[in-house]
Amino acid sequence: MIDIIQLVIIGIIVGSIVGLGAMGLTLSYGVMKFANFAHGDSMALGMFLAFIVVGDLGWAGGNIGRLSFGWGMIPAIALAMAGVAMLNVGADLTIYRRLRSRGAGIIAMAIASLGLGIMVRAVVQMIWGSAPQRYATGINPALTLPGDLKVKPDQFFIVGLTLVVAFGLYLLLYRTQLGKAMRATSDNPELAEIAGIDTQRIRLSTWAISGALTALAGVMLAIQAQLRFNAGFEFLLPLFAATILGGIGNPWGALLGGLIVGVTQEVSTEWIDPGLKPGVPFVLLILILLVRPRGIFGSSV
Amino acid sequence: MNPILEAPTLITWVGSVNWTVGFLTTVGIFAIVALALNLQWGYTGVFNFGVVAFFMVGAYTSSLLTLEPASEFEDYAFGLEWPIPVGWAAGALAAGVLALLVGLPTLRLRRDFLAIATIGVATILRSVVNSTEGLANRGAGLNGIPRFLDGLADGADYRWVMLGIVLVMLAFSYLVLQAATASPWGRVLRGIRDNEDTAMAAGKHTTVFRMQSFVLGGMMMGLAGAIFAHRQGAISPTGFSDLFGTFLVWTMLIVGGSGNNRGAVLGALAVGFFWFGTPLIQEDLPDFLGTRVFQLRELAIGALIIIFLLLRPGGLLEEQPRVSRFVPKPGRRPAVATAGHEEGGP
Amino acid sequence: MNPLLEATEVSTGYGELEIVHGVSVDVDQGELVTIIGPNGAGKSTLLKAIAGVLPKFSGTVTFDGRDVTPLSAPKMVAAGASFVPQTDNVFPSLSIRENLEMGGYQRVSGVSDRVAEVLAMFPELERRPGEQASNLSGGQRQALAIGRALMLDPRLLMLDEPTAALSPVMREEIFDRIEEIRSRGVAVLMVEQNAKEALARSDRGYVLVAGEAVLEQAGREMLDNPDVGRLFLGLEAAESAS
Repeated sequence: MIDIIQLVIIGIIVGSIVGLGAMGLTLSYGVMKFANFAHGDSMALGMFLAFIVVGDLGWAGGNIGRLSFGWGMIPAIALAMAGVAMLNVGADLTIYRRLRSRGAGIIAMAIASLGLGIMVRAVVQMIWGSAPQRYATGINPALTLPGDLKVKPDQFFIVGLTLVVAFGLYLLLYRTQLGKAMRATSDNPELAEIAGIDTQRIRLSTWAISGALTALAGVMLAIQAQLRFNAGFEFLLPLFAATILGGIGNPWGALLGGLIVGVTQEVSTEWIDPGLKPGVPFVLLILILLVRPRGIFGSSV
Repeated sequence: MNPILEAPTLITWVGSVNWTVGFLTTVGIFAIVALALNLQWGYTGVFNFGVVAFFMVGAYTSSLLTLEPASEFEDYAFGLEWPIPVGWAAGALAAGVLALLVGLPTLRLRRDFLAIATIGVATILRSVVNSTEGLANRGAGLNGIPRFLDGLADGADYRWVMLGIVLVMLAFSYLVLQAATASPWGRVLRGIRDNEDTAMAAGKHTTVFRMQSFVLGGMMMGLAGAIFAHRQGAISPTGFSDLFGTFLVWTMLIVGGSGNNRGAVLGALAVGFFWFGTPLIQEDLPDFLGTRVFQLRELAIGALIIIFLLLRPGGLLEEQPRVSRFVPKPGRRPAVATAGHEEGGP
Repeated sequence: MNPLLEATEVSTGYGELEIVHGVSVDVDQGELVTIIGPNGAGKSTLLKAIAGVLPKFSGTVTFDGRDVTPLSAPKMVAAGASFVPQTDNVFPSLSIRENLEMGGYQRVSGVSDRVAEVLAMFPELERRPGEQASNLSGGQRQALAIGRALMLDPRLLMLDEPTAALSPVMREEIFDRIEEIRSRGVAVLMVEQNAKEALARSDRGYVLVAGEAVLEQAGREMLDNPDVGRLFLGLEAAESAS
């Protein structure tokens, strides 16, 4: 029983990272209407952009409590978020906007995003190599909770940050004009234009926010596991499973979908070979497509 | 460092012949896969991002059925020593079954859902092979996969036999696809593709046709994978990467021209030459680039996809128009009833 | 005095297919003008082109004395000409209040005051401003769509078949609202299938056939015009009688 609870806890941690990434993915999917296959590789870019500060430049900074990383992680995360946001905005200005204005359709944009993902992955591998790396070399001793459950301070941080970001995203989408306009554009882009909304600006804002969330998810993934150039690409399936489980364009759904994916994946190792874990999000994805293709919580598109 | 002494070694006659034969054999196999993807994507609009999964299933199925029983140092199932052509047919069949299984829940839905579902299948297959005992020798892979028509030539000359086999299979695939896509069935497929630009599926009728195209294409990918395994003689899960087995093929099709079988073959040749040719010039490149040539060609593959989508969406060889030029092109809004004609519907 | 809106020799359509061939339409300040015509005559297409939703192949549009021919939909709204499409004219996952706020997206200030003013015009919306638009009835959606278009205090409201698919009671209701809006000085240009009711309330009407304007007359006169009656009104009367 304790085993299962321990697995659920790890599942919540992994699920928070999946949810964080899926919130970014679902935002762009909802507003842009196409599946961004560069999302995983952008996550990898984000984790390595943060590495520039804490690794390449060595600005680890003083310790933050019992976390494995220091204050240097704050500018590192800021750089990662800004960098991936700029990548997304630049991609829209140079690629997606042109395809859109030609009426090329969402499939052409999805294929183009795949091309972009391949390029990002190649660049990351070229600069930082193929060997896995870590932000901090020291160990992050786990705290022992009642019942002999083990949770690392870093993992508390990951879950807490995800909740804070989710709340912030809620405020943005439901309390600001920009957020409401994003939801309106996701609902019906043509009507948004007719209502007087500059939808191209909304798209760029959405890309930037989605990119910032992507980068954050990438850094969290690297804190939980390690930095690898293809870690993001391999994360695509759980990300899409969470996005579709939660309903495309629905950030709460994406977060809950991420938690479902994370917990199911980890708990399943009680019965199946851990090596088969990648199959779990796939099975969840197929199940939801069979039963409720618009997602458990409904889709806004 | 005398530049003259560093003249590229590939220029030697034997070297270049050997390389060319090997290259054409590989590209021939890729061309079969590109033709299969062209049937799925180019003719039907079925959005398969898991090409390598079908290729891999074909490769493993045929290998396991034709290999000798596992030795004490190996750990794999079957090893039935079946005739190689039977192994190939079984490989194609297994890949077709995989297509059916993946297609059933996804093909009736939004088009991009199939891409999302298939992009993960190869990852799962790799992890299944890696972590299942007694299936396919896990990470160590399968070795000693028998050659087809091994008796026809000795040693190094066998490469010519292999090239011949691949070219025959490619010609066979090409002719079958030419006939299929020119038939009324092919016309239905194109109709489905062109009328579903909204990426939403429409009705059961079209789902059946899309499934047929997906399964047939999957079988051809499986066949190509089987040929590949027997040509290589050894396979392992890491050899079936998404980049190599899926995205390279997509690039071939986009560059060559989707919706056009000749374009698919041309794209396989052109992109294949770039992909397999760049490592040859590695030593001639400045150090910084030379050591990164493998990432550079990946970068170029990604860039090629985007550049062609933006600047030449029809590829090198565009699809020949088959319908009257007065019919509005796909992607436009549906024509509104013109004046004088009473429109029946809303 | 120049008309508020003056569309001259406008040709438009979808893709390369021309549907409207050189039609001229004008609307004076505070005037209620209706375009009628058979199915497929290009009425909605013309309205969409004027609103900047569709590109114009040729012709010019001036609004308030200013050339607005090349303006896109968001710029037309900013200029003071709002458009309400026939279908999909509300944001389904947004609340009533949020739908209105989106109509006022370009407002620098006073959004919530204007929301209150618009809500006051539509009591059935005012009762539950937090309701998600996907839960509204057809008439309520139409009211919300019109309300959204009023958020920027437009001088011209363009309505594409505002009463299509509504019950006769709801139809009356919406027409009453449109007249009320007009009485506040907002000019209205609408395309209508329910020609009889629309013309009875209009200052002027246009008849569009086969993408060309064949008749322009005062609303009442048009109702009495035997040709129009025979061609459109009678036909419709017969349809609704059967």
